[in-house]
Amino acid sequence: MSTQTLNRRDGFLPAVTERIRGRYLSPVASFILFVALFATIVVRYGFTSPSQVFLNLLVDNAHLIVLAVGMTFVILTGGIDLSVGSVVALSTVILAKTLESGWPAPVAIVFVLLAGTVLGLLMGTVIEYFDVQPFIVTLAGMFLARGLCYVISVGTLPIKDPLLRKLGLNYLYLYEDKFIRWTVVIALIVVVVAIYVLHETRFGRTVYAIGGSRQSAQLMGLAAARTQVSVYVISGFCAALAGVLLGVQKLSGYSLNGIGLELDAIAAAVIGGVLLSGGVGFVLGAVIGVLVLGTIQVFVTTENLDSYWTRIMTGVLLLVFVLVQRVLVRDTR
Amino acid sequence: MTRRVIASPLLWPALALIALLGLNVVLTPSFLAIRVEDDHLYGSLIDILRNGAPTMLVALGMTLVIASRGIDLSVGAVVAISGALACAHIAAQPDGNSVTTVATAMLIALGAAVVLGLWNGILVSSFGIQPIIATLVLMTAGRGIALLITNGQIVTVTSERFRVLGAGYALGLPVAILVSLAVFAVVATITRRSALGMLLEAIGVNPEASRLAGVRYRTIVFAVYVFSALCAGIAGLMIASNISAADANNAGLWIEMDAILAVVIGGTSLLGGRFSLTGTILGALIIQTLTTTVYTAGITPETTLVFKAVVVIAVCLMQAPKFRRLLRRRRGAAGPPTVPDDDVAESAPRTDTVAAS
Repeated sequence: MSTQTLNRRDGFLPAVTERIRGRYLSPVASFILFVALFATIVVRYGFTSPSQVFLNLLVDNAHLIVLAVGMTFVILTGGIDLSVGSVVALSTVILAKTLESGWPAPVAIVFVLLAGTVLGLLMGTVIEYFDVQPFIVTLAGMFLARGLCYVISVGTLPIKDPLLRKLGLNYLYLYEDKFIRWTVVIALIVVVVAIYVLHETRFGRTVYAIGGSRQSAQLMGLAAARTQVSVYVISGFCAALAGVLLGVQKLSGYSLNGIGLELDAIAAAVIGGVLLSGGVGFVLGAVIGVLVLGTIQVFVTTENLDSYWTRIMTGVLLLVFVLVQRVLVRDTR
Repeated sequence: MTRRVIASPLLWPALALIALLGLNVVLTPSFLAIRVEDDHLYGSLIDILRNGAPTMLVALGMTLVIASRGIDLSVGAVVAISGALACAHIAAQPDGNSVTTVATAMLIALGAAVVLGLWNGILVSSFGIQPIIATLVLMTAGRGIALLITNGQIVTVTSERFRVLGAGYALGLPVAILVSLAVFAVVATITRRSALGMLLEAIGVNPEASRLAGVRYRTIVFAVYVFSALCAGIAGLMIASNISAADANNAGLWIEMDAILAVVIGGTSLLGGRFSLTGTILGALIIQTLTTTVYTAGITPETTLVFKAVVVIAVCLMQAPKFRRLLRRRRGAAGPPTVPDDDVAESAPRTDTVAAS
């Protein structure tokens, strides 16, 4: 009897609004913001093909999407990975260097991905088994990766491999004249796999559980230690893959690539509603965050503003979303 | 006495610094030589002190922030803004060398730094936002604001008086290091000769408990962020004055990372609740000496980062309790333990030495 009255009061619509008010608020808010920003830009500059503008967003930010996905895993456990920007640079440099010395492209790519994964594994191990804060360990990883870049090459190395050129330059026509590139396909596959892993597997649930409370997760008998290391491995892998994508996009390897990219990835995650204290957030939220950042970039370039406006606007957005999250957390508790 | 030295948290940083200096002496025998020229001291050691002064200053502010269980990522941005404001003001005046111009420029820069510190303090203590995110906002936007002030240009100034802070000498020593050491002395006196340091550590250990115990949580947290920004502001003036220009893109780039490293190497825990100002000074010196070592060893300067990473990991592992225990167990298996395995005996003098520093 009482359940029925309860059910009647919590009808479908209130349940939806309740959910939106909860942890869905931030992603939904950033999605609305993205649509509004995007519409404004399309109307203001009279872009003839809005769908191509959107597809270009994906093309330009394919690497950032992959990076934000990896960062989401780490942040969900309550950690942080500052090394990703440098690992991206290192990956582009290793890729270019190995190709230059005559490695076949698939081998070079696998080697790059392996390097990123191993670096992530090392950092995860130190964090988990020696109890050093993630912030410091990944900071050291950031210095190490950036330093290794310079050791390998200080200048720009071109990527001339035909397969990779094809990957980076060829259009993939969706319909009529609307196109994306292969890098976008790879990025979207990563997103889909990540969503599956986070929401449908035991591993994914453990990631959320650790972010909620590490101690409880451990007491429940979840494989907390292994999962904690794994998220850094995933982040390292994603960073290396993002490096491959960026290398393919720019068709060069350069040690100054990706400076400050870790901040963009963190900002994207926060704007997309991933709580930095861990345990709350979605992969899709982070992707929306990337799209918001990408739209700001488009606005700044089409408006012919100086590039530093991107940073200021990102900062302001970050502030707004942090405050929104703050209000949200206060409400739900 | 020996036990006290062995248990001191300053032991590892001090040994690391001595080892680095020793390595330099092997590489260049004249490394420790200091000579007098034009009434002031010259030599590699003096260079280390002068170039390390900004990092040292920023790290001092960072120490107090970290002690309160916070972190301040925005110091690099504050460095850039402070330098940009000072140079923009001096460049706009007809006489860049007059005392009033330089003084106003510095006051404007430091005033802005205090405002930015207040901003961080409001976000952290009033809105209760995690320090790492609250300061990330300013870290992201700050450098953009600095570029906005300088219009994206590098603003150069010709002002002998302004140069004094970063490149001048007094009493035979660089002014920059004297300023940093003066700040160190003041902070050490205030935190260790009054209850302030203990209150700060209380907040770091448990903010809620300290608040219930009557510690003025908000005021103290506000104060540490303002102090950190103020230190960053002075460091920004030093850097701008040293090169007589404001380079909003590169001034203070990664200085927040260096400062945090210096703090951690010095034995302050990122979890808050315990801090050592002397350790921070040692940490900043280690980082600067490392950079200088790479230069003098003739290794390409770009690879400094690799060495920095190695040193950071080594020192952090040495301080990680789990790693220490592992080492000790190994040693215990090989022969009689040289270090007493007694945690009480070890931790008691530790609090002593930290309090004394």
